[in-house]
Amino acid sequence: MAADQGLAPTRSSSYLSTRPKARLALLLSVPLLWLVVMYLGSIVVMLVSAFWTVDSFTGAVVQTFTLDNIVRLFTDPLYGTVALRTILVAVGVTLIDVVIAVPMALFISKVASPRARVALLVAVTTPLWASYLVKAYAWRILLAPNGPLAFVTGGNTPGYGLPATVITLAYLWLPYMIIPVYAGFDRVSDSLVEASFDLGAGAWRTVRSITLPLVFPAIAAGSIFTFSLTLGDYIAVGIVGGKTQLLANLIYGQLVTANNQPFAAALSLIPLAAIILYLFAMRRTGALENV
Amino acid sequence: MRRMFRTAGAGAAVVLAAALALSGCSSNSTPGATQAEPPKRTMASSVGSGEGQLNLIAWAGYTEDGSNDKTVDWVHPFEAQTGCTVHTTYGATSDDMVQLMRTGQYDGVSASGDATLRLIYAGDVAPVNTKLVPNYKTISSFLKNGNWNSVNGQMYGIPHGWGANLLMYTPSVVTPAPTSWSAVFDDASKYEGKVTAYDSPIYIADAALYLKSSDPSLGITDPYSLTTKQLDAAVALLKKQNASVGEYWSDYTKAVQAFESGTSVVGTTWQVIANLINSDATVKVETVVPKEGVTGWSDTWMISSKSKHPNCMYKWMNYIASPSVNAQVTEWYGEAPAQTLACAEMSDPNFCADYHATDEAYAAKIHYWTTPTKQCVDGKGDNCTSYTDWVNAWQRIRG
Repeated sequence: MAADQGLAPTRSSSYLSTRPKARLALLLSVPLLWLVVMYLGSIVVMLVSAFWTVDSFTGAVVQTFTLDNIVRLFTDPLYGTVALRTILVAVGVTLIDVVIAVPMALFISKVASPRARVALLVAVTTPLWASYLVKAYAWRILLAPNGPLAFVTGGNTPGYGLPATVITLAYLWLPYMIIPVYAGFDRVSDSLVEASFDLGAGAWRTVRSITLPLVFPAIAAGSIFTFSLTLGDYIAVGIVGGKTQLLANLIYGQLVTANNQPFAAALSLIPLAAIILYLFAMRRTGALENV
Repeated sequence: MRRMFRTAGAGAAVVLAAALALSGCSSNSTPGATQAEPPKRTMASSVGSGEGQLNLIAWAGYTEDGSNDKTVDWVHPFEAQTGCTVHTTYGATSDDMVQLMRTGQYDGVSASGDATLRLIYAGDVAPVNTKLVPNYKTISSFLKNGNWNSVNGQMYGIPHGWGANLLMYTPSVVTPAPTSWSAVFDDASKYEGKVTAYDSPIYIADAALYLKSSDPSLGITDPYSLTTKQLDAAVALLKKQNASVGEYWSDYTKAVQAFESGTSVVGTTWQVIANLINSDATVKVETVVPKEGVTGWSDTWMISSKSKHPNCMYKWMNYIASPSVNAQVTEWYGEAPAQTLACAEMSDPNFCADYHATDEAYAAKIHYWTTPTKQCVDGKGDNCTSYTDWVNAWQRIRG
C-alpha cells in the first residue's frame, strides 16, 4: 500500500511523458471547460431561450418552441429604429476614437522620448482606474446647460442627447483603441520608415503607404472593442442621453422590468448579429490575419 | 441623511431608484368587496425567545448596520437586544424579492405593494398576528387593513413607510404655479425640452390618472386598471409629452442634478428630491399635490410562511415599527414613517411635516402603485392590460 503510493507520481509522470496528446488534453482541459461550458454554454442557453415564451399570468418561462419573439423583432418598427440608432452610435464612436487614437498612438510610439512615452501611456490608461459611473457623471456635469462646456463655448453645447452619448462613449472607450494602435505602431520597424524617406517619399506618403497599412489590423482590433462595447452600453445613455434610448435599454427593460427573459434574449440577437457581421467585414479586409 | 445621498454611489442610487420604481401597492378596489381567499397559512399565536438567526430580504437602506455610515446602525442594537443575528439580502426589484421569497430560505421581506399580493396569493407569506406586535397599535390608521397589505380584514404584514409622486417645479421659471398635472401633459409644450418624467412603465398610471379627470369619456376609474383603449389613450398622451421632455429620470441623484442645472424645470418627483434641492439652495423648487391626485408607494414587512426563525421575525417587525427605529430608517431613506410616534424621534423636527407623515387627507389622495394585471386590479373585470403590455407601451413611448 505504502509502496504503491510512493510509486504513483513516477507512474503518472512516465505515463504523460510518453503520451503527448494526454499531456495536451490535461493542459487544455480547464481553459476549454471554461470556454465551452461557461462562455459558449451561456450564449447557447440565451439563444435557445429566445425561442421560448413567458406565461403572462405567472411570469414563468414556458419552454415550448415559438417564433413569436423573432417575428416581433421584425414587425414592430420600434426595434428596427432603435437597432439602427444603436449601430450608428457605435459606428460614430468608433470613427471618433480612430481619428483621435491614430495620431496619438503615432506620436507616443514614434515621436515621444522613451520617458515621455511611459508618461503618456500611463496618462492614457489612468482613466481606466476610475469608475465608469464617475466618468459618465463627470460628462453629465460637463455637458450641463449651465456647465463648464456651456461657459467656455457661450452656450453652444449639444446638451443631453445622442451627440452627448456619442461623445461620452468615445471618451470612455478611447483607451481600448489607443493601446492596440500604439502596439501596432510599435511593431512597425523604424527602418521601413527610413527606407521610405530614403526612396524619396514624403511624410504623408510614408504614413499612407507604409505605416497605415501595417497598423490597420491594430485599428481593426481596437474598433472591435469600441464597436462592441458601445452596442452593449445602456448606462451612459441613461446619464447623458436625455430622452434617447439604445438597444441595451430595451433589453434591460424587457429582462428586468418586464421579467420577459425570452424576449430580452431575442432582442440581444441583434447586437450579436451586428458584431458577427462586423467581424466578418473585418476579416474580408484581411485585418484579422495578423492580430 | 444628506450625507447618504452625497456619498452613496450613483450605482446605489440606481438600485434604490429601480427599487422604488417597482415598489407600490394595490389601490382603490371597491370598498367592502370580498377578495379571493388566499391559501391558508398558520398565524403565530405567541412569540417565544429568539432562535438566534434572522434572514431578511430588504430594500437597500432598510437594514443599516453601520457599514455605510458608522452613525447609522439599527441592526446591531436589535441583535444585542434579541440575540437574533441579522443576515440581509438586498432585493433589486420586486420581482427579485418575490423570487427570493419563493425559495423559502428567508424569514421576512420588506415588500412593496406590487409584490405583496403576489406573495400572499402564492402562500409564501403568513398572516401576521398584530396582537403580538405592540407597536402596531400606533401605526398610522390609514396604512392598516389596506388592499395591498391585508385580505378580508386580515393583516399580512406591518407597514413600514410610504411616499407620493408629486409635481415639482422651479417657481422662478414656471409661472403661474401649476395646480394640475396638465403642466406636464397638455401644457407641457410651454416648457419644451425642460419637462421631466419618471422613467418606468408605472409612470403610465400618472397619465391615466390625469386622463381620468381630463377626458371622462374614456371611463378610467383606476389608473392601474386600463383597458386596451384606455392604455392607448395614455400612450398617445405620453408620446405627445415626449416631444417636450428634456430627459427622463430614474435615479434621484440625476433628478436632483437636472433641476439644479436647469435641465428640468417641471415634472414628477419624490419629496426627498425636493428636500435635497432646497437644502443645496442653488435653485428653489416647490412641490404640489395636483388636483387630480397622485400616485405613490407603500412598503410592508411580511413574514415567510416557511420561516425557520418566526420569533426573531416577530421581534424584528415590532422593532422596525418602534418609534425611534422607524424614525431612523425612514429619515435615512427619505419617506414618511408608518409609525405615528416616530415623528417625535426624528433628528429633523420638520421631517414629518415635510413628508405629511400623519396627514390622512394627504395619504388618501395617493393611488398606490400596483402591478397591472389582466384581471383588473380594481376587480371590475378581466379585460385589463397587463404589466407586460405597459412595459412594451413604455418602450414605444420612449421611441
